[in-house]
Amino acid sequence: MTKLDCALTIENVDKYYGTVRALSQINLHVKPGEFLTILGPSGSGKTTLLKCVAGFETINGGRLLLGEADITDKDPGARNIGMVFQNYALFPHMTVEQNVAFPLVMRRMGRAEIAKRVADALELTELGRFAKRYPRQLSGGQQQRVALSRAIVFEPSLLLLDEPFGALDRKLRETLQLEVRRLQRELNLTTLFITHDQEEALLMSDRIAVMFDGELHQVSGPEEIYQRPANARVANFIGESNLLKGKLSAARGSATTLRFVLESGISVALAARNDAACSVDGEKVLLLRPEHLSPCIDSGCVGNQKNVLPTTVEELVYLGNVSRYRLRMQDGTELVMRLSGSGPKLRVGDAVRVRFSEDDAVLVAAERHTLPPRVLAEVA
Amino acid sequence: MIPRSRSSNRSSIWFLVAPAALFMLVFFLYPMAGLLIQGFSEGGKAFLTLFGTDLYLRVLWATFETAAIVTVAALLLAYPVSYLLATTTRGWRLVGFMVVLLPFWTSILVRTYAWMVLLGRNGIINRVLLDAGIISSPITMLNSPFAVQLGMVHVMLPFMILPIYNAMLRVDRDLAMAARSLGAGAFSIFSRIYLPLTMQGIIAGCTLVFVLSLGFFITPALLGGGRVTMFAMVIEQQIRETLNWPLASAMSILLLVLTLAVFWLLNRLNVHSRRWSA
Amino acid sequence: MKAVRENGSSYRIVTVLGRAPLQLYSAVVFIFLILPILVVFPLSFTPTSYLVFPPPGLSLRWYERFFNDYAWMQSIWRSLKIGGLTTVLAIAIGIPLSFALVRTRFRGASLVEQVVSAPIIVPHIVYSVSIFGVFFALGLVGPWYGVALAHTVLALPFVVIVVMAGLRSFDRNLELAAMGLGASRLQAVLRITLPSVAPSIVTATFLAFITSFDELVVAMFLAGADATLPKKMFESIMTAIDPTVAAVSVVQIVIVSLLLVIVALAGGKLIGPEE
Repeated sequence: MTKLDCALTIENVDKYYGTVRALSQINLHVKPGEFLTILGPSGSGKTTLLKCVAGFETINGGRLLLGEADITDKDPGARNIGMVFQNYALFPHMTVEQNVAFPLVMRRMGRAEIAKRVADALELTELGRFAKRYPRQLSGGQQQRVALSRAIVFEPSLLLLDEPFGALDRKLRETLQLEVRRLQRELNLTTLFITHDQEEALLMSDRIAVMFDGELHQVSGPEEIYQRPANARVANFIGESNLLKGKLSAARGSATTLRFVLESGISVALAARNDAACSVDGEKVLLLRPEHLSPCIDSGCVGNQKNVLPTTVEELVYLGNVSRYRLRMQDGTELVMRLSGSGPKLRVGDAVRVRFSEDDAVLVAAERHTLPPRVLAEVA
Repeated sequence: MIPRSRSSNRSSIWFLVAPAALFMLVFFLYPMAGLLIQGFSEGGKAFLTLFGTDLYLRVLWATFETAAIVTVAALLLAYPVSYLLATTTRGWRLVGFMVVLLPFWTSILVRTYAWMVLLGRNGIINRVLLDAGIISSPITMLNSPFAVQLGMVHVMLPFMILPIYNAMLRVDRDLAMAARSLGAGAFSIFSRIYLPLTMQGIIAGCTLVFVLSLGFFITPALLGGGRVTMFAMVIEQQIRETLNWPLASAMSILLLVLTLAVFWLLNRLNVHSRRWSA
Repeated sequence: MKAVRENGSSYRIVTVLGRAPLQLYSAVVFIFLILPILVVFPLSFTPTSYLVFPPPGLSLRWYERFFNDYAWMQSIWRSLKIGGLTTVLAIAIGIPLSFALVRTRFRGASLVEQVVSAPIIVPHIVYSVSIFGVFFALGLVGPWYGVALAHTVLALPFVVIVVMAGLRSFDRNLELAAMGLGASRLQAVLRITLPSVAPSIVTATFLAFITSFDELVVAMFLAGADATLPKKMFESIMTAIDPTVAAVSVVQIVIVSLLLVIVALAGGKLIGPEE
């Protein structure tokens, strides 16, 4: 199959349902061949955005561009976009073959050509021997693969996936995630993926666009999203987080560190960085990931070492490879700490001081900041 | 009334089932058997009469024709209406169903009478047309095949709407969207996706309407005014006028056999779609 | 077809033409459906003794005539008696059978179910001839209970189908849960199962009654000289052309509408799944 890799540009898109604003100034540029995930909770607008890109919903402002072409006014069928639906949407009265052939039949291709392309597509997803079966005779995972074949057989310029793995069990989901990614790379197909599952997003994506309430909050690679979330809400959504309120002190700790004073009065040192969060005004919050905390035990923390917090152990949950501790500071603040199985064992009621390195401490904005569109879109 | 227990009490099941079984035996199976006996009495002479009389055969054919016309008309009227009901908002659906179900539950006599009132020479339609000056003298609509078919379509319409509506409900809403994203136009979506998927409902509705029309008596008798004869009316004649048991039985058996044949035939059409349906 | 619109209405996937033709077409069909029923209303109030539209005035004389007429009232009474007995019989026979068919397995269950459902397929005229043959020989043509027995055969399938459906959709675990919480079997059935199945029973009762009350063909054969309401109506239509029948029709429609409302309020599942 030839490779068609177009860029998708979503420019200043607004959408209203009556007076309710569903999408607000969405700017997104998906690079050719890139796998970009739109991640957000239900109601965030991610499905609405997908439907606008696909052409099933109209937009009230802005433009949609696929490659060089403006597709804003085009019919869904004319946009040359392949879409995989949440519940597969396979035609139950057609065989697997007929389902996959459908878009080619719509494009009035010759029968021999159709047969060849369908066979190729089915081979790609390893469904060759199910060609003559009906959807209801296939398992969930197989049906999903048929939906995928059908969406790519006509060589679309863009692939859209609407939470395609929601209905599958964990093992199957992991298998299909890797398969979809492999296929996408092989075809170098520009892909837009929608999910509310942050693990899935981190696993599969080249970049992630985090969305809440119809607005984009951050667009970055997985590592950046996890380690340097743009604001507290993003931090909370991705992985577990300890968010501590406080204020940046005017006085710096040193040339390379900033000082952040917690509400309880404890002073904390952070590595100075050119974060987008630091450069804007507004309230800041300190982010500590649970795995970045470690207890001071035995040779642990020296007297007045920085970045040490006194806590008491409230709860311990054993998860096999890690243990998850809930700790409480004197002023009532709760912290979550994760230790690997081979680490020290603490008991409920123990008083333990936990420390973290200044490199691991991250400053995030308390609220989403309105950055110029270009900045949000191009942060990578 | 007793939840399934490991020791299924034989006698308690008997109490539950016996009344129904006995009742049906005495008041259904026995009379139907009597029908067979009467019909085939004297070596089946009645059947020879039946098939030998030109009049009866013509009436039978006319009955088939009428049933077919009514079925097709009902289908054409019902399909779009069912679609509207299946895809509209809850409020309108309620209204729609009231409109469909109210005639359904109203006595057939009342409805047929109403059509007589509407279609008569002094009836409402003629009145309105005369007063509006569209026609200069009343049109005769009553006592004709047209009136019978119209009345029958009116009676049969809910029977066609409901099965088709049910079939449409089961069509996955995403399928039309998927087809559009794959490049299908409105006509393709209808002919390749929607129609095949609702075919089961269509066949169910058509079966029901056709079979009911075959055996219909009341509406043809009233709206036909003696000029239109359906097979059921001929059967009734044999009893009322001549008390000709064998002939009436033979005709009834024929009607029953034809009814069952239609069921079986249309059921075969559904077999194909069973392969892929859940 | 501009994609960017001011009011942001969504693009519905129906037809290229839009929904207006569909709605128009459906409106026409709906008018066709409801028109005859509406028509009898004004007609029943006409002061004239012949059918004329629009009626030149408003009068209740035909209603008076109807309610004062001995023959009409007798026919209603008869239909009510027959309907009542039919309903009682159909329910009494049908509900236990439904329980047995849904909850137990016994040999011949499938056969019994098919036989009980058979009257639906048999044209009424065919059944009428057969039952008339039997009753004629027994001299049972005429008495109202004879008609009721025949009507019960016609009503039974509906009762069984509806009650079976209601039972099937009832989650047995609720009963077991109740028993686990201390209820006896009987208590569980009375307090949990029956209330849950009640809507189906109400619907079944309604169906049985209507099947009998409205039935004409069997009644024509079996009722003899004394008429049921449908039979009297039929004869009236064939002979006299006065608007009494219109008044009777209105009374019928009103009764049925009321019953429909009652059934709907009792949780009828006539309409289908909620959106």
